[in-house]
Amino acid sequence: MNCIVCVTSVPDTASVIKIGDDGKHIDETGIKWIVSPYDEYALEEALKLTEANGGEVTVVTYGPARSEAALRDCLARGAHKAIHVLGGEATLGDSFTIAKALAAAIKDQEYDLVLVGVQGVGTDNAQVGPMLAEMLNLPHVSGITSLDIDGGNLTAGREVEGGKEVVSSPLPALLTCHKGLNEPRYAALKGIMAAKRKPVDKIEVGTLGIDESAGGTYSIRSLELPPEKGAGTILQGEDDPAGAAKEVVQLLRAEAKAI
Amino acid sequence: MAGILVCIEQRNGEIRKASLQALSEAKRLAGGDLPVAAVLIGEGVTASAAGLGANGASKVFVADDANLKLYSAEGYAEAVVKAAEAFGPSAVFFSGTAMGRDLAPRVAAKLGVGALADVVALSREGETFVARRPVYSGKAFTTVDSAGTSPQVISLRPNVFELEEGGGAAEVVALDGLALSIRAVVTEFLAAEGGEIDVAEADVIVAGGRGIKGPENLGLIRDLADALGGAVGASRAIVDAGWIGHSNQVGQTGKVVSPSLYIACGISGAIQHLAGMSSSKVIVAINKDPDAPIFKVADYGIVGDLFEVIPPMIEAIKAL
Ligand SMILES: Cc1cc2nc3c(=O)[nH]c(=O)nc-3n(C[C@H](O)[C@H](O)[C@H](O)COP(=O)(O)OP(=O)(O)OC[C@H]3O[C@@H](n4cnc5c(N)ncnc54)[C@H](O)[C@@H]3O)c2cc1C
Ligand SMILES: Nc1ncnc2c1ncn2[C@@H]1O[C@H](COP(=O)(O)O)[C@@H](O)[C@H]1O
Repeated sequence: MNCIVCVTSVPDTASVIKIGDDGKHIDETGIKWIVSPYDEYALEEALKLTEANGGEVTVVTYGPARSEAALRDCLARGAHKAIHVLGGEATLGDSFTIAKALAAAIKDQEYDLVLVGVQGVGTDNAQVGPMLAEMLNLPHVSGITSLDIDGGNLTAGREVEGGKEVVSSPLPALLTCHKGLNEPRYAALKGIMAAKRKPVDKIEVGTLGIDESAGGTYSIRSLELPPEKGAGTILQGEDDPAGAAKEVVQLLRAEAKAI
Repeated sequence: MAGILVCIEQRNGEIRKASLQALSEAKRLAGGDLPVAAVLIGEGVTASAAGLGANGASKVFVADDANLKLYSAEGYAEAVVKAAEAFGPSAVFFSGTAMGRDLAPRVAAKLGVGALADVVALSREGETFVARRPVYSGKAFTTVDSAGTSPQVISLRPNVFELEEGGGAAEVVALDGLALSIRAVVTEFLAAEGGEIDVAEADVIVAGGRGIKGPENLGLIRDLADALGGAVGASRAIVDAGWIGHSNQVGQTGKVVSPSLYIACGISGAIQHLAGMSSSKVIVAINKDPDAPIFKVADYGIVGDLFEVIPPMIEAIKAL
């Protein structure tokens, strides 16, 4: 069982977002970059599957030089090899162009499963997976929280409004992974040392036929912080909790018209 | 002029409100000069097609097939693409539900174009749609367009765009000749117990955090939610502790929600939690620590013990 896992580097979830000078992207000063949290579930599932069935895990990222740290992190957790498609700063958020680059990098690999995160924490698009599946002519299941593989078939669970869908599909297939699927492991020191010797194949995105200056399919006009909220009404409820409770209900009805 | 095609979602024949919201927004943006059509997919759905005229569709493409009874990205994408080929729209709208968010990118890739996801505001410049969407889990908002590519595939966040009625019956056009070679199929739908409201769809959310002390006290949060007809949300702390399922988690690695009312009980307000709920219309925080960061985003706060505050709140709501 060979698995391809696509990972993207995103600002640490604890980051305070500031707007950069161009008014379109974030200010990257002081940002700590991490493997996008949902991609950790994709990697963990791939590692578990290859541990149980043999085969290799190849991690792929499309990003600038700093994204190599994300690949090394995945190699340290147990991935066997990595592909780094260099570029990606100009196409941030352009899911179609990103999927095209990834498809070009993956199409000649041997795989049974392609695993990605349900969404990149930051772009919040949840689009690269289904697009990549279409480009690779694979069936896909998105947002999976459970997975069983039986021979050439998989059964996956995904949560939707009001319940859970059980989906069955032949392999090869693409899965986008959600929290709940597994508990991602951390890299141990031994893994970190071993990762240094594992191969990272570097490919310039231009050589895959992607022209980053061609305009793409996603044009960012501006990036803004959400409008500031005015200070709220704070009630002291330590001495008279019932009084404060009644008052907040009155305010919600009469002032906020929320109930 | 090309027009707007809206993909309509149904489950067991019942058309979803979020789709009608997307259709209403399409009609508003279209004004008098762009035609609006819908595409309805499923089994036995033809009868409800003409009624979509009431929300603004002048034409409804219908793919009615036993193989489309349950959702499949491949089958449904084929039907939407077929409708798009017949109608030649400048934009295809989806509602940003679990199905819409899954289907829109597959349709876009089939059409060879990009897509704009989870849009919360839209405007139109000629036949170009300009979208506002939250990024970094709502820590920022971006204004984007499809860089001149067409059709523009856009998913609209549920419960943000207003539903409008007032049109006549729509013309119904059957889509036939679909190949429907579907590999990934839904074999089962397991309904959530008790018909609990999903946080992603709820208009009111009462969320509990570590301040509730233990899973045995979730009943208190649920009672407050019930009194308001709302859903139960949770911080990651209590999800990871196993007190409640992860489908209830609100935040950067949970659901990003924007209900009319969000009541945070015993939640400190970590940046990852705020990312998921700070765009709620009205936020109430109950916390015994006056310095808890949740108070910074709260419209109304009560500094106090939630076990003493919530029961009289429930009483006061019931007395309204
Ligand atoms: C990668 C990553 C992703 C994350 N994603 C999310 C996410 O999606 N969602 C999320 O919520 N968190 C997320 N977190 C976790 C987040 O950082 C916090 O740890 C978490 O939100 C804390 O949950 P809490 O507020 O319930 O608990 P705590 O921070 O422990 O707060 C409990 C609060 O309850 C109050 N309290 C205690 N007793 C009472 C009482 N009797 N009455 C009233 N108040 C009381 C306390 O004053 C305190 O403020 C993420 C973290 C990481 C690293
Ligand atoms: N630049 C990238 N390189 C590799 N994988 C990516 C990239 N962007 C997105 N992905 C994958 O696609 C998933 C969904 O991303 P998105 O559509 O941006 O929300 C991510 O969780 C990753 O697994």
